[in-house]
Amino acid sequence: MAASESWLVEELERRGVSRREFVGFCGVMASIFAMPRTVGARIAQAIEAADKPTLVWLEFQDCAGNTESFLRAGRPTTADIVLDTLSIDYHETIMAAAGHRAEEALEGVVSQKPGGYIAVVEGSIPTGANGAYCTIGGRSAEQIAKEVCGGAAATIAIGTCAAFGGLPAAAPNPTGALSVADAVPGLKNLINLPACPANAENLAAVIVYFLTFNRWPPVDRYRRPLFAYGKAIHDNCERRAHYDAGQFVENWGDEAHRRGYCLYKMGCKGPVTFQNCPRVGWNEGTNWPVGCGHPCLGCAEPDFWDKMTPFYSHIAGVPGFGVHATADKIGIWAAAGVAAAYAIGGLVQYGRRMVHAKAEEEKGGQS
Amino acid sequence: MTRLVIDPVTRIEGHLRIEAEVDGGMVRDAWSSATMFRGVEIILKGRDPRDAWAFTQRICGVCTTVHAIASIRAVENAIGAEPPANARLLRNLIMASQMVQDHVVHFYHLHALDWVDVVSALSADPAATSRLAQSISDWPLSSTDYFRGVKGRLQQFVERGQLGPFANAYWGHSAYRLPPEANLMAVAHYLEALDWQREFIKMHAVLGGKNPHLQSFLVGGMATPIDPDRQASLNMTSISHMRKLIRGAREFVQQVYIPDLLAVASFYKDWAGYGAGVGNYLAYGEYPEVDGANAPLYLPSGVIRARDISAAEPFDQTKVTEYVTHSWFEYEAGDGEGLHPARGETRPNFTGPEPPYEFLNTDGKYSWLKSPRYDGLPMEVGPLSRMLVAYVSGNESVRQYVDYALGQLGVGPEALFSTLGRVAARGIETLVLAEKLENWLNELQDNMGRGQLDIHDNSKWDPASWPKDCSGAGFHEAPRGALGHWVHIVDGEIANYQCVVPSTWNAGPRDAAGQRGPYEEAVVGTPVADPEQPIEILRTVHSFDPCMACGVHVVDRHGRELVKVRAQ
Repeated sequence: MAASESWLVEELERRGVSRREFVGFCGVMASIFAMPRTVGARIAQAIEAADKPTLVWLEFQDCAGNTESFLRAGRPTTADIVLDTLSIDYHETIMAAAGHRAEEALEGVVSQKPGGYIAVVEGSIPTGANGAYCTIGGRSAEQIAKEVCGGAAATIAIGTCAAFGGLPAAAPNPTGALSVADAVPGLKNLINLPACPANAENLAAVIVYFLTFNRWPPVDRYRRPLFAYGKAIHDNCERRAHYDAGQFVENWGDEAHRRGYCLYKMGCKGPVTFQNCPRVGWNEGTNWPVGCGHPCLGCAEPDFWDKMTPFYSHIAGVPGFGVHATADKIGIWAAAGVAAAYAIGGLVQYGRRMVHAKAEEEKGGQS
Repeated sequence: MTRLVIDPVTRIEGHLRIEAEVDGGMVRDAWSSATMFRGVEIILKGRDPRDAWAFTQRICGVCTTVHAIASIRAVENAIGAEPPANARLLRNLIMASQMVQDHVVHFYHLHALDWVDVVSALSADPAATSRLAQSISDWPLSSTDYFRGVKGRLQQFVERGQLGPFANAYWGHSAYRLPPEANLMAVAHYLEALDWQREFIKMHAVLGGKNPHLQSFLVGGMATPIDPDRQASLNMTSISHMRKLIRGAREFVQQVYIPDLLAVASFYKDWAGYGAGVGNYLAYGEYPEVDGANAPLYLPSGVIRARDISAAEPFDQTKVTEYVTHSWFEYEAGDGEGLHPARGETRPNFTGPEPPYEFLNTDGKYSWLKSPRYDGLPMEVGPLSRMLVAYVSGNESVRQYVDYALGQLGVGPEALFSTLGRVAARGIETLVLAEKLENWLNELQDNMGRGQLDIHDNSKWDPASWPKDCSGAGFHEAPRGALGHWVHIVDGEIANYQCVVPSTWNAGPRDAAGQRGPYEEAVVGTPVADPEQPIEILRTVHSFDPCMACGVHVVDRHGRELVKVRAQ
């Protein structure tokens, strides 16, 4: 493989990217992992040496938001990933082949590289109506997921729908939608990258992590990599000082809003949401939701469509979330805080919806 | 007679299946089926209407702004909120930049590979490619060295033997007609467009925190504060950033997209004779130029029937109905009648084969899409409909560019009713909007300078200020066409929510009268040289820019849980 060892560097140089710049990129990767910049050189070596690992990307009950997010990847760019870093052998949104030729591409990977490919899953997996709520090539999402993820070296559930069930699984879960973990139990090396959508930088970082260290990153109890989900948004928030000083936005567009005060009273879920948005930013660090003046929706957390709604009701005061908090440490406490917050609003409404749905179902069953 | 199935139809959003009967080298009949369903509208029931935009936004992550916009408009219409001028301008900027970015991505990344043979690019002469590029555009990335570099990269990619997303395609098919140099130029621009869209969509990060799924929408306005003297607000730094992005977009569209479109089209002029479809066109119109209800729209609303472009008739929303005769739903009063969305109901009723299956029973129900009709007629929606309505309504920019494109290709207006016409209309619309964007930015800047900083109608934020029982509708032109949301609010909660969306109009199945939907109608008559490689069908289907997750909506007043979530 000597010939291919330096192809990436040669290629980059030919395209006007110096080795120094490339190592710089790897430094950015290192910083996402909060590692010393010298690690960048090791990452660079790993990427150059690796053969292109095969990746297949499955879309089930999805909106393609994570695919679009992937198309926004800047470090490395999508073109670099597609052409140089990975062999993306199946991805319905970008692949040239269609119909049975597309299916053949997927079958080829599954049969010829058992245990030797990465599966990415976007979207939840419906179990209702015998799988008829999502079929591809006549097969159900569940059938495809079991076969493809079952034979993968690792599975990345990208976005909250694949990681936790997400929007389709929100009450009353009309289609029996499940996360990958629940639909295909017992998968080895399952990594969840929730958020709606997941940040492209985090996907790229997971892949580079694997290529560099030949292992998958350590995860929290929701199987989320610690480097991206190990700290509450609240604790990295640029508006945190205003929270500590008791300075809050009270009305959209008021002086406090224009000054960038804390959005806690407008419903911000940053204190109970674990993700690196404030640190990494979106669209190559251009901005992030709180940065543009809107509260965090809590989109990286399980069941956020039910537990974090109504979005504009503020969570109960949860003191003591120190900067060392992680989802593992405060998970129970956070859940309790959320429950307390919605004792009047959300949770009651959530419960009512469930009861309502059940009642209608029974009514429907009788008619 | 050969029955062929394309499933999955790739390079689209969502899950689409086409079954077609081919005989004598031509499609004789076709069926369009959406094969995924989530039930977003059922999930919305009982929730806070101010949250609805975030739920509906997730209907589609490609056109990631459109269901949020339609939703906040529907709720505002119901509760009587009046967003201030800045909110209108912020929304226009968000909507139009979505349109521009989405159309470019569609052309290069979702549609181009139906016309461009990537493998043929490997035999291109870089010097000739450079001459070709320079003959059609002033775009600076056009030197021989540049194209040699792109070709080398492609060569290296192919030689490594892992073709990834480019494997198994129809390369070498006789339907590919571009010379190698045009193919190489298109491949170069495929890669450039991938970088460009990532850069341009930072518009949405500035205005909405992130893309996809920007997060600055509010019922009653927008959440992006404006203040030239605050660093946590949209200020002159943000305006300058956006101005740079907008001008970059204008250049890319003028110097890359449009010249490529015309160059590619000139090799495929016969496609002005295929893919016409139903010949009826519907546009709700978009981009309010002033505040308030019934504001004049930059791209007007209207209806065109039977290709009659002498005039557009006014759109009347009471004439919209939806059928479920061939959809996996049932109506209480039977499946033979259409229902207006405000009276709509949806009871999912899957009658298809249990997966895995080979064929659908297309005599019965065969899709998760309903069949919307206007005054009983199937309607095409999307860029072609908008451009036709704007053209006959006298929009100066649209007229100028439509006439220019027709002149460049040497074809008459009848060429618009086709697969090629749809592709051209999308390009023209992109150009018109890329040139319009900066006007709205300037208006926003002027307001900022005058100290007019309002972004939200706070008077209707508290649900206590709403009527006890109210209904509203929100209309929007998404990249793929006319989008409407209907909401019914009781006691501050959503009692009913319905979406009638572009891909339902375009991709829906037959109705009670047996009239085909626009995809189905457009595909009939398409030549198919090799039923094993039906690239021609993909050309016409892709020309609509399918977005199936949007299309599969459900609804309704009677929606209920259909299945038990399996206990784990």
